[in-house]
Amino acid sequence: MNMIEALNSAHDVMLGRDEAVVAFGEDAGYFGGVFRVTAGLQKKYGKTRVFDAPIAEGGIVGTAIGMALYGLKPVAEIQFADYIFPGFDQIFSEAGRIRYRTAGEWSVPMVIRSPYGGGIFGGQTHSQSPEAFFAHMPGIKTVIPSNPYDAKGLLIAAIEDPDPVLFFEPKRIYNGPFDGYYDRPVTPWARDPRAEVPEGHYTVPIGKAAVVREGEAVTVLAYGTMVHVALATAAVEGIDAEVIDLRTIVPLDIGTIEQSVKKTGRCVVLHEATRTAGFGAELSALVQERCFYHLEAPVVRVTGYDTPYPHSMEWDYFPGPARLGPALKAVLKD
Amino acid sequence: MTSRPERRSNRPALSLHVPEPDARPGESPDFSAIPIPAAGSAPRPPVDAAAADTHPLCYTLVRVLDQDGRAVGPWDPKLDPELLRRMLKEMVTVRVFDERMFRAQRQGKTSFYMKSLGEEAVAVAAAHALEAEDMCFPTYRQQGLLVARGYPLVAMMNQIYSNQGDPLKGRQLPIMYSDRARGFFSISGNLATQYPQAVGWAMASAIRGDSRIAAGWIGDGATAEGDFHNAVTFAGVYCAPVILNIVNNQWAISSFSGIAGAELTTFAARAIGYGIAGLRVDGNDALAVYAATRWAAERARSNLGPTLIELFTYRAEGHSTSDDPSGYRPKDAGAAWPLGDPITRLKEHLVGLGEWDDERHKALEEEAQAAVRQAQKEAEAKGTLGNGHYDDIDTLFEDVFADVPWHLAEQREQARAERKARGK
Ligand SMILES: Cc1ncc(C[n+]2csc(CCOP(=O)(O)OP(=O)(O)O)c2C)c(N)n1
Repeated sequence: MNMIEALNSAHDVMLGRDEAVVAFGEDAGYFGGVFRVTAGLQKKYGKTRVFDAPIAEGGIVGTAIGMALYGLKPVAEIQFADYIFPGFDQIFSEAGRIRYRTAGEWSVPMVIRSPYGGGIFGGQTHSQSPEAFFAHMPGIKTVIPSNPYDAKGLLIAAIEDPDPVLFFEPKRIYNGPFDGYYDRPVTPWARDPRAEVPEGHYTVPIGKAAVVREGEAVTVLAYGTMVHVALATAAVEGIDAEVIDLRTIVPLDIGTIEQSVKKTGRCVVLHEATRTAGFGAELSALVQERCFYHLEAPVVRVTGYDTPYPHSMEWDYFPGPARLGPALKAVLKD
Repeated sequence: MTSRPERRSNRPALSLHVPEPDARPGESPDFSAIPIPAAGSAPRPPVDAAAADTHPLCYTLVRVLDQDGRAVGPWDPKLDPELLRRMLKEMVTVRVFDERMFRAQRQGKTSFYMKSLGEEAVAVAAAHALEAEDMCFPTYRQQGLLVARGYPLVAMMNQIYSNQGDPLKGRQLPIMYSDRARGFFSISGNLATQYPQAVGWAMASAIRGDSRIAAGWIGDGATAEGDFHNAVTFAGVYCAPVILNIVNNQWAISSFSGIAGAELTTFAARAIGYGIAGLRVDGNDALAVYAATRWAAERARSNLGPTLIELFTYRAEGHSTSDDPSGYRPKDAGAAWPLGDPITRLKEHLVGLGEWDDERHKALEEEAQAAVRQAQKEAEAKGTLGNGHYDDIDTLFEDVFADVPWHLAEQREQARAERKARGK
């Protein structure tokens, strides 16, 4: 399965298992969403379980909260993560706080899914990576898969989670892995073992990172599309890097990170989002706080630039192997 | 500074309109421009009327009690005197409670309070027109819902005092109650957020084929928020079983309702553009509030869709304990409000029916005073914000998530250590 099919399968499994699960969003019903993640599900489960929503992200999030308060498990799609901001207040002030402000009397078991990230020539408004805004919010979990197997298992875990989960889907790798070598032909997921996705129910735990490549020289912390960039760059440059796929940024798997950095003594943080106050700043600070006496070199961030996402110069902006390679070499120098 | 562009002499200069209320401090309150149709004059469409058939009702006022306290016209809900007395009692209790808690704030026992003086009918009458299991998504001036649904006054005060008995563990601003068991959803300080949540709850109820409906409340000022429009869009589109109440008490802190658009049309008329049923109701008339809510509830229960109800009332007091309304409107404006006082009007109605008298009313007031005094004594025994507030450092880190993740556990350790270092 590719990632879209895997996510579709996660919905299918959960809609089939649990009457409380409903899925909705702009174009998510009849047509199955612009990326077709919910394709075929309305036909199978009926239009009160899977349906189209008005173009009102604040309304989508606000009504999803109401549904969760009722006892449903809504999975709401925001068509592109760039458009989540009209719903920001409902996520930040409401979803993230209701359990706390009611001393546990109410909770909001809901998932907000949204395709994010660049590499598709989406211009400024279809390419952004807003995960840091949500990582900063108390009471919200933020999950970002990097392959079809994880995508399905994490989405099922997110739907079953008792707390609100933001589930950002790296849309550049919906159909196949992408390593940042943009001029090479794209291979479909079919040839990747992580595309072997079981039909039924399984979960990948939220809050657990994966060591996707073992190495001794340097630790690369990445998530989403960037995991593939890290793997490819390490291979091409012949660097003995340990690559960690965070999978969840809140709650973060600090144990895996600490263990790896203490072993390698060097760390590069890699993400697509803009640099200033990005999630990489948090990772860099944590590594510095916890592994300082094991570090052989300063922690380095490889990120997008602090500009909106450009259309025509997308490959200049994208933190691909051309930016990661030199950074890895620099960290390894002394 | 940007320079003013040169104007072409043959074009008139444009001017901006900023609405102003009818009277400011030092002037006499002037409500003469407000049309008040006679009680009983608004027709009552059948519950299954087309939404458009209700739209003329968005420009008038559903009123039942006339000048002499008689119930007249097609909206008279013909309530049992027992229920009328109960509503009267609860409205009096809310007023006494408000007065006491307002004073408690002045005495430094809590940080903040908000009264609903003059609006008691809005919440109390609605509570009785709904079923006990229907869900309410209130804003901060519907404490009457809790009183009518039998939530203990002591628990309300414990919350206001953030004391050891506070069911919300000292986390919420006073008056931001939550009581799941009585279908009272947690109040948010972020205006209007509860409105789409009410609609979502109602949609969920419909998705599950449940029979419970939801009701939401919002202030006139807050209708300008995007969430208001999100909510009405979703409610209309999905025919959600929800009642959307707008409490038009004409003031949003110091901004009068004209700043939210009241000069342009009525708030009830917002229903028209969304194609849903709308009613404009005398909010100081408990029978009219009851009748309209009942009508809308029956409609929602029969899958006939949402109703937007504007409850036309007046905020007789300041916005909250932090507000001095004499700075922006005439001092005696509340007393001059032509639709009268909701408690007096209901009382006179009962007297007219031969079901009530001054003596019983006096006894009722004393009884309410005693009940509130007793509750206050019990609550203050558990502490106040000024003295003996809720204090358990561990709970500071609970309920962020269902389980406490490592980073919060670490921060909890830090907080414990800091307290220890301070010798606590
Ligand atoms: C989103 C948001 N903006 C501003 C405020 C500050 N605020 C609190 S109450 C209030 C006035 C609300 O007026 P209205 O909706 O008419 O309700 P009322 O107080 O009259 O009952 C304002 C501006 C807030 N709490 N939330």
